[in-house]
Amino acid sequence: MARETPAGDLRLANLTKRFGIFTAVDDLSLTIGQGSFFALLGASGCGKTTTLRMIAGLEEPTSGQVLLGDRDIARLRPYKRPVNTVFQSYALFPHLTIFENVAFGLRRRGIRAVDDEVARMLSLVQLDGYGNRRPAQLSGGQQQRVALARALINRPQVLLLDEPLGALDLKLRRQMQIELKRIQTEVGITFVHVTHDQEEAMTMADTVAVMNAGRIEQLGAPADLYEFPATAFVANFLGQSNLLAGEAVGASGGDVAVTAHGARFSVPAGRSRTDHGPVHLGVRPEKLILVGSADQVPAGHQHVTGVVSDASYVGVSTQYLLRTDWGSELSVFAANSGTPARVAVGGTAVAYWDPRHAFLLPRDAADTDRTSPVLDEPVGASS
Amino acid sequence: MTLLAPTGSGQAPPAPPAARSGRHRLLPYLLLLPGAAWLLIFFGVPLVQLAAASLYDPSGSLSTGYALTWAFGNYPDVVQAYWPQFLRSFGYAGLALVLALLLGYPLAYAIAQKAGRWKNLLLVCVVAPMFTSFLVRTLAWKTILSDNGALVGLLRDVHLLAPDGRLLATPFAVVLGLTYNFLPFLVLPLYASLERLDYRLLEAATDLYASPVQAFRRVTLPLSMPGLVAGTLLFFIPASGDYINAELLGTPNEYMIGNVIDSAFLVRLDYPQGAALSFLLMAAILAVVFGYLRRAGTEEVL
Repeated sequence: MARETPAGDLRLANLTKRFGIFTAVDDLSLTIGQGSFFALLGASGCGKTTTLRMIAGLEEPTSGQVLLGDRDIARLRPYKRPVNTVFQSYALFPHLTIFENVAFGLRRRGIRAVDDEVARMLSLVQLDGYGNRRPAQLSGGQQQRVALARALINRPQVLLLDEPLGALDLKLRRQMQIELKRIQTEVGITFVHVTHDQEEAMTMADTVAVMNAGRIEQLGAPADLYEFPATAFVANFLGQSNLLAGEAVGASGGDVAVTAHGARFSVPAGRSRTDHGPVHLGVRPEKLILVGSADQVPAGHQHVTGVVSDASYVGVSTQYLLRTDWGSELSVFAANSGTPARVAVGGTAVAYWDPRHAFLLPRDAADTDRTSPVLDEPVGASS
Repeated sequence: MTLLAPTGSGQAPPAPPAARSGRHRLLPYLLLLPGAAWLLIFFGVPLVQLAAASLYDPSGSLSTGYALTWAFGNYPDVVQAYWPQFLRSFGYAGLALVLALLLGYPLAYAIAQKAGRWKNLLLVCVVAPMFTSFLVRTLAWKTILSDNGALVGLLRDVHLLAPDGRLLATPFAVVLGLTYNFLPFLVLPLYASLERLDYRLLEAATDLYASPVQAFRRVTLPLSMPGLVAGTLLFFIPASGDYINAELLGTPNEYMIGNVIDSAFLVRLDYPQGAALSFLLMAAILAVVFGYLRRAGTEEVL
């Protein structure tokens, strides 16, 4: 059944890209609404940049379609697509002035009168008066903004951003995130933003798609993804989760009962992706509350007991590691709001949570507890 | 108490630059000295000697001796006598340069951007002919282009050449020889600049609506300009002063200014003329080079 597509929506249909035997993008299908800010989030090598390059036309899909409105642009040459890219390396032309860099796209399309438009763009990215400089004379943040202006001036139907903030330092990155969001709201162009920085994706995008191994694991609004992840990968890539391996033993009265490590827990059916078989019971570290003994746990809450094995004070919060009886370490973030006393390392403690904050995910039978975040780059040898 | 990070005890603070000993300031000049001396003895002195010789009394001879009579008339005399060879030199060198650019630019581009792991092998192939002598290579062309050779035979058979047509001893052969012999001087600097060309800039250009031709004109070409200018000069300067190609592959009708200078010094023993021609050639080349650099506008080369 053909769905009605408003003109201008970007749709990827069964998009696949193989390099030799390696499948970089695997049968990807998604719709990105016109004027939305869409983020493709994933670790290095998950296929997000390849997806972007296929939309830009810099990579030809092995199969599938890239539809802009009703037009399949997958086989158009890049210079024939109404799509522009802000590259990770910026790729500013070093031999041209900032003015000429920004005017490049207009000139290639035979537009003569570019002065006003370039000036307007430079002021949009707050670089008035920089027109006569060369890219090498600008700082990283300024170069990034030139790259943005150079792409935006063409009023593309879709603007692609390939980790454009990756080379900036943290403070500048936050600043540029806000600025990018402001500009997107101002110009109303569809932005497709590729990043491995989950915070960046959540801050800026209306919709986030988490990619893993060439496929989309989950797609949705940032808050939905964070509060109710669909897979263990998403739960630990987007922020951090404590995932306890257990068995779901069926739903009753709106709750799904779970046995894990010899104890019984329950999760509301609305927050369960399955109600039987091997599951991961997940709770976010900031949803766990640490107390000294089990009688301090309020009614209706569930808890695990363990020994505090580590505490790191990070200013806004204290991050505890709680080693459970069966050896897993749970993360607990205690907001530094001044009320609870700090728990000493080495002491016994109880972590409790409201079942409405837990979630239940299907689990591979062989999978055990997963309580550490997915790291973008492998760090040393994994245990 | 002022707060200071502890430095190693007993360590003297670094002396300000002004307090440095004179030896440090002299060091750059000392390093220049051997090269400067070499240039002075083997370039400066002979140049002055040559300048003097160009002003000798033209009626002298090697056996009777020359007198320095400030005979500036030598210059108009040689121009009058040999202007066709001057023009021919620059004509042939220019033609060879055009051919070399047509061959060399795609070659340098392919090696720099497309050759992948064959890059080094291909570079060796470009340089390898230089391992044999210039003379031997030119003589080899003489064999290839000879009237009884396979190439001429083939061209006659397919009627690209008249039955009595020849390749050797024609302007074509001389230009071909110049193109071949100086091609590496053009390709290597071009390669060096094209190798540094970031392919991502070309992706950016195509993303910004530049067709492949426009991307070449607006990005590749300007960014390879330093190599192009350097290569053009390294090709053109020796090619316009060359006399071996005209000597071996041409006839006196194809003689270039180098042949005239050669014969003035070694056959006719007319030193004033030879010296005046040498100076004129040098002046003409300098004029061409400066004119070219001014137009090309690449200050990085000089």
